[in-house]
Amino acid sequence: MASAAKPIPGTHIFDGDAAQKGYALNAMCFSFNHARNRDEFVRDEDGYCDRFGLTDEQRAAVRARSVLQMITAGGNVYYLAKLAGILGLNVQDLGAQQTGMSVEAFRQMLLDTAGTPKALEAIHG
Amino acid sequence: MAEVLGGVFTSHVPAIGGAIQRGAENEPYWKPFFDAWPPVRQWLEEQAPDVVVLFYNDHGLNFFLDTMPTFAVGAADTYTNDDEGWGLHPFPIPAGHAALSWAIIEKLVEEEFDVTTCQQMLVDHAASIPLALCWPGREAPVRIVPITINTVQHPLPSAKRCLALGRAVAKALAEWPGDEKIVVMGTGGLSHQLDGERAGFMNPEYDKFCMDNLGPDPDALTRHSVHEMVELAGTQGVEILNWIAARGAMGAHVSEVSRTYHIPISNTAAAVMVYETAEATASGAASTEKTPALA
Repeated sequence: MASAAKPIPGTHIFDGDAAQKGYALNAMCFSFNHARNRDEFVRDEDGYCDRFGLTDEQRAAVRARSVLQMITAGGNVYYLAKLAGILGLNVQDLGAQQTGMSVEAFRQMLLDTAGTPKALEAIHG
Repeated sequence: MAEVLGGVFTSHVPAIGGAIQRGAENEPYWKPFFDAWPPVRQWLEEQAPDVVVLFYNDHGLNFFLDTMPTFAVGAADTYTNDDEGWGLHPFPIPAGHAALSWAIIEKLVEEEFDVTTCQQMLVDHAASIPLALCWPGREAPVRIVPITINTVQHPLPSAKRCLALGRAVAKALAEWPGDEKIVVMGTGGLSHQLDGERAGFMNPEYDKFCMDNLGPDPDALTRHSVHEMVELAGTQGVEILNWIAARGAMGAHVSEVSRTYHIPISNTAAAVMVYETAEATASGAASTEKTPALA
């Protein structure tokens, strides 16, 4: 069951509902721990998605390379990161895509956090 | 009699492993983080631990959603790291300490923690990178007891429960008849969020609250629900649960040896801290007296 707590904007809690919904997609991503499986996905993406029984929504999300769509389809970022690795995307690329920023702007936003008063207080005690 | 010397707490971002494997430690982006480590290594050298009890979360190397234990304790004499899918080469992992693992498991179950026991277990970057940071370029000269906490699939255990788990581990260590010197490790965090429209979120104010209170008053960190922790620290910032459990395993009183906080490492607000127990402070003072040149 999903948590009854108030939603956190821009945040998707990976709960029982998501874990059930996303099982096939996450199982496929988990398989990418093995190089031969990554190679097989690259060789025949549709066939590989078939093997894991991805839903139409999950297939569309993978085809679109859309992280937010994958999360809506039950994907968990710890597993999706393994697919991102195949696609040559790092977590800044994922962040940029999900926030609608350029990668450069997303990176700069991370760097800029360091200069905020609260950060300076945490850094320098 | 076994002695808990202290604890090492660190972020475990995969990119750190990449920086180590590329030899990028002195690049301007990485230097502020890697500069945290010489004092940690010196402390470890002085304390010369035999065992590390390592609290971390698996990210989909050993555990998948088919079977997701809330708390799992490694009970093997051998562990390995492996390919996690995004390019990091496996790091060497030291031997396990199965006998101590079972003593911990016995105590945890006696204390009503219904843990999963793992005689076979791959340990992921959340264990391998901290060990590589502590003992660079070699297999760590310790034996390990890995303990994982589910921070992946909600419902997650509460901070209060994680602290209680750590405190039960402390009892097991206090009763262990061996003469090993033990360091605990808690890895992950601090604030970060990889997923969703709020990706890139960090919260230095909450991180400072955690760093300020973890040593003297770890119960302060248990007043937030997991949902509140997600809001405060980000979806992956809840990895602070590993720190809270590790802190519990150190016993009641600790003093801070070192602290580094740096933003950003990848998408993460990174922190490295060392606390030592009163016992280690006493023996450290003794060794300083013997070797004044090092003071």
